Amino acid sequence: MMEGRERVVADAAVASFSAYLSAAHPDQLPFSRNLGAATGGSSALAPQATTIVAMTYSGGTLMAGDRRATMGNVIASRHIEKVFPADQYSVLGIAGTAGIAMDLMRLFQVELEHYEKIEDTLMSLDGKANRLAAMVRANLPLAMQGLAVIPLFTGYDTALHIGRLFSYDVTGGRYEEQEHHSVGSGAGFARGALKKLWQPNMSRSTAVDVAVEALYDAADDDSATGGPDPVRDLWPVVYAVDAAGTVRIPDRELAAAAARIIGVRSSVGREA
Amino acid sequence: MTQQFYVSPEQMIKDRADFSRKGIARGRSVVVLSCRDGIALVAENPSPSLHKLSEIYDRIAFAAVGKYNEFEGLRQAGIRYADVRGYSYDRADVTARGLASVYAESLGAVFTAESKPFEVELAVAEVGPTSAEDHLYRLSYDGSIADESSFIVMGGDADAVIRRLESVFDGGASLSESVRAAVQALAGDRPEQVKLDPSLLEAAVLERDPLTSRGSRRAFRRIMGRELDDMLKEKERP
Repeated sequence: MMEGRERVVADAAVASFSAYLSAAHPDQLPFSRNLGAATGGSSALAPQATTIVAMTYSGGTLMAGDRRATMGNVIASRHIEKVFPADQYSVLGIAGTAGIAMDLMRLFQVELEHYEKIEDTLMSLDGKANRLAAMVRANLPLAMQGLAVIPLFTGYDTALHIGRLFSYDVTGGRYEEQEHHSVGSGAGFARGALKKLWQPNMSRSTAVDVAVEALYDAADDDSATGGPDPVRDLWPVVYAVDAAGTVRIPDRELAAAAARIIGVRSSVGREA
Repeated sequence: MTQQFYVSPEQMIKDRADFSRKGIARGRSVVVLSCRDGIALVAENPSPSLHKLSEIYDRIAFAAVGKYNEFEGLRQAGIRYADVRGYSYDRADVTARGLASVYAESLGAVFTAESKPFEVELAVAEVGPTSAEDHLYRLSYDGSIADESSFIVMGGDADAVIRRLESVFDGGASLSESVRAAVQALAGDRPEQVKLDPSLLEAAVLERDPLTSRGSRRAFRRIMGRELDDMLKEKERP
């Protein structure tokens, strides 16, 4: 324990919202609940959010998520959003237990805004990635009981002037990814598509096409991932971040991209 | 055993109030005023990094005069209060009234119970959909709270600044007109060579409709550099 003056400085240096919350209101943290002994599989207990893809393009990064949440073999939601702007220059996508993921997302958004207001400056991109790692690590006890949350994080590094991409494991391990990455149950299929479709220095609109096609392939083979839904007019949620900040790609662009992909696939008329 | 001198409560309160007032009077003034485009906050502040004005939450801002370390602590506590409340309830449940009562409570408690009262004066402003729905709260060192309708002036030269501002205040004025009126009132009858230069000013705004103007729910924005220069120069053109 620090004593006297050192302690005062250490207390004043806390600009983290989650650190303050865990000291003053630990009951408010999304991962502070004690659920008791493990009860086996959680996939039929709480909705799961799946497949997120992210990639870099010329001057920024892009992230896309499908709209399906599943509970066991049931579709729990066709409208769920799994990709959110974390702040002006970063985007967070989450696969895993939806309820905890949404709370974690909200906590992370407040964490970044809180730091910005207290310090009157934006957190560095590495700082944001590390704060997220700490939150995922704090969720480890719940992850061991089957309520895991796996985020994917992208942002524009305002110091290096490039888009960067980070993936995580349940223990809070943080890994910087090159080019592209995908998480969730359909990730394997999406990654295969990304390997063939991704090119260096793509434009943003090409990157949107690639993201939608990768999600299309994931939905084709993974029942927990939802494809483009022209009946309900539902398209993936796609955010791009570049030097100008975070923007959500409008639905008409996504509808057009989905229509192009479906058109090409049906005209070829192949099975897989 | 040594005996303590008796001090009457009236005398003790008066001494403490005089002490706080003296500390506050040494600081330069801050003006917060409601206008057509939002709420303008203008402070005389030569430091570019030690701020007297700050964002607290989506539609709430903070302004202070007095001892920097004391109001900086209160500012951070206000941000924590707002963020915890918004996180555990909803963003819409964070109000200036709630924050002002919390400030009033802590200022009042320190004033009566601690060995030294705060030497600060605070303003909490919340921008509404129309200027009639703006909230401006002024908090004094002793925890007293005032709900103002059009503007707040705090700091050393407050009475003189209020008089000057009253003669030019117009609640329907644009943002740049309001910032100019505030600067004029702060500068007062100083001779031309020591007029308030943009580098000696700190200015910010709570925009009335940030979602349409900037696509952000956060209404607070600092007015700096070129924008502030232009705002102050506009008058000289015609």
